[in-house]
Amino acid sequence: MSWETVIGLEVHVQLRTATKMFCACSAKFGDAPNTNVCPVCLGLPGALPVPNERAVRLAVRAAYALDCAVHPRSIFARKNYFYPDLPKGYQISQFEEPLATAGALACVSPERGAITVRIKRLHLEEDAGKSFHDRVPGMTAVDFNRSGVPLVEIVSEPDLRSPAEARAYLTTLKQVLKYVDVSDCNMEEGSLRVDANLSIRPAGSAELRSRTEVKNMNSFSGVEHALEAERRRQIAATERGEAIVQATMLFDAASGEVRPMRSKEEAQDYRYFPEPDLPPLVLAAKWLDAERSALPELPGARRARLATQYALPESDAGVLSGTRELADYFERVVALGADGKEAANWVMNDLLGLSPDGEALPLPPERLFEAIALVRDGKVSRQAAKRVLGEMLKARNDSALAVAERLGLVQVSDSGAIEAWVKETLAAHPGEVERYKAGEARLMGFLVGQVMKCSKGRADPKAVNAALAAALK
Amino acid sequence: MTDFVTAAREAAARIAACEAKGIHAFLAWSEDALLAEAKRQAASPSAAAGPLAGEAVAVKDVIADATLPTTCASRILEGWCSPFEATAVRRLRAAGAIVAGKTNCDEFAMGSSTEYSGYGPTRNPVDPTRVPGGSSGGSAAAVAAGAVTMALGSETGGSVRQPAAFCGVVGIKPTYGRVSRYGLVAFGSSLDQIGTLGKNVRSAARLLSAVSGRDDRDATSLDRIPLAEPGEAPSSLRGTVIGVPREYFPAGLHPGIRAACDRALERLRALGAEVRDVSLPHTKYAVPTYYIVAPAEASSNLARYDGVRYGPRADGGLADVRAVYRATRGRGFGAEVRRRILLGTYVLSAGYYDAYYRKAQRVRELIRSDFARVFASGVHALFTPTTPTPAFRFGENLADPLAMYLADVFVCTVNLAWLPALSLPIGRDQGLPVGGQLIGAMERESTIIRIALALEQALDGTAEVR
Repeated sequence: MSWETVIGLEVHVQLRTATKMFCACSAKFGDAPNTNVCPVCLGLPGALPVPNERAVRLAVRAAYALDCAVHPRSIFARKNYFYPDLPKGYQISQFEEPLATAGALACVSPERGAITVRIKRLHLEEDAGKSFHDRVPGMTAVDFNRSGVPLVEIVSEPDLRSPAEARAYLTTLKQVLKYVDVSDCNMEEGSLRVDANLSIRPAGSAELRSRTEVKNMNSFSGVEHALEAERRRQIAATERGEAIVQATMLFDAASGEVRPMRSKEEAQDYRYFPEPDLPPLVLAAKWLDAERSALPELPGARRARLATQYALPESDAGVLSGTRELADYFERVVALGADGKEAANWVMNDLLGLSPDGEALPLPPERLFEAIALVRDGKVSRQAAKRVLGEMLKARNDSALAVAERLGLVQVSDSGAIEAWVKETLAAHPGEVERYKAGEARLMGFLVGQVMKCSKGRADPKAVNAALAAALK
Repeated sequence: MTDFVTAAREAAARIAACEAKGIHAFLAWSEDALLAEAKRQAASPSAAAGPLAGEAVAVKDVIADATLPTTCASRILEGWCSPFEATAVRRLRAAGAIVAGKTNCDEFAMGSSTEYSGYGPTRNPVDPTRVPGGSSGGSAAAVAAGAVTMALGSETGGSVRQPAAFCGVVGIKPTYGRVSRYGLVAFGSSLDQIGTLGKNVRSAARLLSAVSGRDDRDATSLDRIPLAEPGEAPSSLRGTVIGVPREYFPAGLHPGIRAACDRALERLRALGAEVRDVSLPHTKYAVPTYYIVAPAEASSNLARYDGVRYGPRADGGLADVRAVYRATRGRGFGAEVRRRILLGTYVLSAGYYDAYYRKAQRVRELIRSDFARVFASGVHALFTPTTPTPAFRFGENLADPLAMYLADVFVCTVNLAWLPALSLPIGRDQGLPVGGQLIGAMERESTIIRIALALEQALDGTAEVR
């Protein structure tokens, strides 16, 4: 029996606002516990929520970036459940009339190539606090700094067909959301969280069978492994004749397995109803149009344009458009005077090599261009430039030329000096000179190398080539 | 020059006298607290110049203040001191008033007699064997007993007007959104409003003007036509059209209530008003609609009381967090509050939401349009009885919660429709106060206040009507 996997993802993304969704507390991650709290986000008696305009703006931006229909009128709703890190006993979210619906995200499936994953909905909500079960023996400690931080929940249709595909979707989603500056999308810091729904069905069938929800994944690879484990479990169970029970499965990264959450007495009924403390969220058409127009070029479009505009191979365009910062950097280097392929080469091979975590770009584009110009002007060799760049990281105020000079890497192009070295070299290798003149053209490489050695590497190889060629005529 | 300290001492003496009679209008007050208030206010030039300078104002215990506990008359908030003050309290202080103390009420404002308080009932100063009404019974009694001339109460389904009627004082419920709910402990969020009580129309109206206005901390508090200070009582009501909705005068209406209303209507006519018969056909659905919407919202609003962050927590040797919740809430909430939470949870639950909550919101819209239609037809205000009976005796309605709910039949329509309304004393029936209600169109508090001032001047609200 051949099985098809059906996966849908619910992704919660923290919006990059300074303050929380419904109060003026700082939304900053990592502060001492319970220091960014107030009556509103603690749910004290008598406190009331007031919506954060910037959060709405970022949510709308995310919705447009995902090609959603943004609804000018949406309704906040209460999602009611009891848990110690949910201070009001309900979460303010959106239910029947969410901010956005009917979007799509194009990504590349490892198995199927280019695919489009439909986005069912995107809505605004507030985060809960965080529970720690291992800080105090026998007790749970709750930190409410995170309570009230703005989130968007992005729900996909069950269009994904493999764990690897799910990972590709997440990678692309993160790229898009970072392009529009809506979130840091950092799973390790909790600014992006994933719940996955998985079911299986006979290959070729169109039915949707009973699914499980998989939680507690801390990285994109964790998502892939968790879904692989759950798929294996469901296939094995089904082949044994067991029915798949709708349940919540928790991923255990250490073992790579999924196990059912300790069962609760009954399924959760969230008793959603419209939030009476908040009027409907009404967004003016002009405001919405302005947000949509202000969207930066999205990754797919950027990649395509870089490829055509700068005549780059698709893979290079893909690397350079990986983040908006990198793409902007690349185009700035070109604007400063580098040629497309040259800039691509330098950015991908030299610049990215300098920043191991790949996140922060270590040098301003102007500085990189200085190094490029040095090579182009023949002042340093391409090889030597790597050392120059490395040194420029430490000596931030020195020009590339000054660094090169200090390192003694400035090439000599002076024809007098070069001719002297050429003469010295030819005199030292009369045999090779004869053999070259007799027709062994490849000995030119050897001779160039010898001249370079003679100059202790400082001669400009292009000038050496030219001088040797002239001297050997 | 306002002498705050003297005002504070005099208020303390009046409150002590009231409480010495066993009224139990207050849950938290002390002469020290009053004097501390007075000192703070005396140091503020703007307070001394404010429109309420030196007035001692009682505050219902569902309204947060940072200087006195806020228990909502519940054991689940026993000892709770709010770190912030309600906007309405900040505004009354800004107007120069001093907080006299926190008054008793039905637990979490759920009730019509103050018998559901977790700290013992309040007695009606006019007849101590009878209830003062509820849920703002403490505030109404404090005014009626002369401890204060003004008090803040709150309304969800008539909880300011009904006790005002039972105690023979004035109560005003503003248009929904006129007074900030920031700091009003939520019960039924789409219905709740802070209201005012006063010994006469002017006192209640002055307090309302002082606390009204848009507040950035309350997203449902909207820009309104600002509420000015009340003017002089008009000597004539010529040109004013008063509607009398027949649904509020059923055949079996209590004869004392009917007599008082007839007398009041006759005075209104004598003042020159045109009195017109009108109909609000969906009135009979108001109580059931209210008792779906309010408990539903309450079940959600009261979910936060779990002992985790504040309030007493029952956690000795309990198995898990759910056991802690059950014990804390089971012990901390009284029977009526638990009843309403269960009712509210039920009507919101899967399978029942459409039939109850969603349906109730639609009926609410019908009730609201009844009023809108009547006001659009040229009626300036409606006149009705405030309550179906005068104050009942302690224990009379405790055995049957439904009987207690029906006490709200003439007042809860107004909360459902977001309208302003006022109750003023229009006579006594065998010594018991009877209240007459004026209902205004949206944002038309000044209209009903004006009519009430005229009527108050034209009749003796303490006269026997039968």
